[in-house]
Amino acid sequence: MIAEDSVLLQAGLSKVLETMGFDVVAAVADAGSLLAVVEQHRPDAAVIDIRMPPDHSDEGVRAALVIRRQWPEIGVLLLSQYVEERYATELLSANTGGVGYLLKERVANLGDFADSVRRVASGGTALDPEVVSQLLLRRRRGPLDRLTNRERDVLTLMAEGRSNAAIAKKLVIGDSAVAKHINNIFTKLDLPPTESDHRRVLAVLRYTSSR
Amino acid sequence: MQFTGLRQRCRTWEATHAPWSAQAIRDTAFVGAGVPLGVVALAVIAVPWLVFVPVALWAVVLAVVAPLALLMVVAPVLTIAQRRRFRLLAGIDLPAMAVAPSVGRPDRAAWLHRRSTWRQFVYHLVVGPAAAAAGVVACGVWFAAFALTTVFAWAWLLPSSSPVRGGVGWTVHDLLLTGTGILIVLIAPWGAAAVTAVDVGVGARLLGLSRVRELERRMAALDESRAGLVDAADDERRRIERDLHDGAQARLVSLAVNLGLARARFVDVPEDVIQVIDEAQDDALRAIAELKHLARGLHPAVLDDRGLDAALSGLAARMPFPVSLHVEMHERALPTVEAVAYFVVSEGLTNIATHAAASRAEVSVVEQTGVLRVVVTDDGVGGAEPSRGSGLSGLAKRVQSVDGTFTLRSPEGGPTSIMAVLPCES
Repeated sequence: MIAEDSVLLQAGLSKVLETMGFDVVAAVADAGSLLAVVEQHRPDAAVIDIRMPPDHSDEGVRAALVIRRQWPEIGVLLLSQYVEERYATELLSANTGGVGYLLKERVANLGDFADSVRRVASGGTALDPEVVSQLLLRRRRGPLDRLTNRERDVLTLMAEGRSNAAIAKKLVIGDSAVAKHINNIFTKLDLPPTESDHRRVLAVLRYTSSR
Repeated sequence: MQFTGLRQRCRTWEATHAPWSAQAIRDTAFVGAGVPLGVVALAVIAVPWLVFVPVALWAVVLAVVAPLALLMVVAPVLTIAQRRRFRLLAGIDLPAMAVAPSVGRPDRAAWLHRRSTWRQFVYHLVVGPAAAAAGVVACGVWFAAFALTTVFAWAWLLPSSSPVRGGVGWTVHDLLLTGTGILIVLIAPWGAAAVTAVDVGVGARLLGLSRVRELERRMAALDESRAGLVDAADDERRRIERDLHDGAQARLVSLAVNLGLARARFVDVPEDVIQVIDEAQDDALRAIAELKHLARGLHPAVLDDRGLDAALSGLAARMPFPVSLHVEMHERALPTVEAVAYFVVSEGLTNIATHAAASRAEVSVVEQTGVLRVVVTDDGVGGAEPSRGSGLSGLAKRVQSVDGTFTLRSPEGGPTSIMAVLPCES
């Protein structure tokens, strides 16, 4: 399911998703028809542009919140040319999983983008590194100061919604080192350690959205 | 040199004071049109004198007071007529007083108290009749000039005993008359121009707005046109941002995506082809990033739909140093004010990033008693000067465009703080 008002990008997204083995059931160009076709097709996930007709402002965010409330089993992945910390906070304060928020140009990396869609469809999260850094930067003072740089890197990747193995690969360190860092983070942030991806993200987000 | 100077003079004369020049004809028409209007005013004053021959005291009072009162009553109509004469024949627009339209009965007392009423009255009482008299003379001069110049053409109409026809040396006599006529024709435009100049000078003063009124009117007009310009510039920024978003940016993203597709589909191509695709994709991504930076500085969409707090928090989060943000507003300000406040913070933070060598910055936006106070402070090296092309002078101008004040404090050694106070009555 795609909602994107630019004809060019709608076609591009369809091609990318089909190439990566997804089944695109519908593609629409505005928020109103998006809700109608979501109701009709009940897809696994909807990829939604934030700025769409009629107002070209935040239709995508509002539609995503409606979808998450009415059909919690459908994941929503928002795409935008800018990421706004405020939109991310609004999305995440209502949801702890099944949402994603990426810059449009991330689609160009087909592998990562497909991963993000799958994560969101299966109830995980996919946040753009830029969103995460904005969320963390806004609240740098406080317990986060106690983290080492490496631990902050790990936390950032965790917040993006990545698994231990993915973090290890990205930072070129061993799985056990990642586990150790995560334990340290949880300890320093006074969070109970857990192995579930979903609850890890929840923990990170609960921390980042607490002012 | 002298010759060309003379020719130049001739040309000027031809354009303004030659009897056949448009200017001379217009001046004469202006002066002539003043005659009937002056005559009306004169008649209003004179008729009572003829009706009540002022022999008794009551009749004198009546003959003095009644015409003045009557003139007072017809003055507005005369003013309208005179203004029309000025506009059509002298090309001078005498703006009427900017009076709010009164509801119900017109306010006579206010009308009597207005200085402009009395200035107009003086014009119709004194200047109008005087200008009419001068107009009669000016027209008479034209008539005489015409009559004298053409004396040979009509002299035969007169009885043969007339000195113009048949007297001793009448031919020489008439030749002299013709010469005089030609001289008068040449002089007549100067007379019409002189009367016009006096009438226009005095009339503009008495029938138009007073200097203060005129300046007030101009200021109001300027205020309005400046506000229009500022709004138009904002709309333009918004439009450019939209155009970039829907146009170039979308196209570049599509390009990057298509290159990604190519990369994913061509699996069995040589390594250097893959490398070319990768480089092209990197270029596209860099172009996207640069364009995005430019567009966001213009007018972020989030400013319109979520307000200053949201737009600034995104801005603060993008800075390479920690920025603490404090926004305190009871309600949304006008879009123009929000845009200027955003611009102040955006430029201020960009300046800090490029010049101040600061490790942190503080932004505070507080609304209090009708003003929005925007303060951006850093802990950098200071020494910022608007003259050094740091964008600070542009910032000051944009703040002033909404009647705000801009203060920069940046001692050598720091810290730097900029403050903008923007009026925001909503």
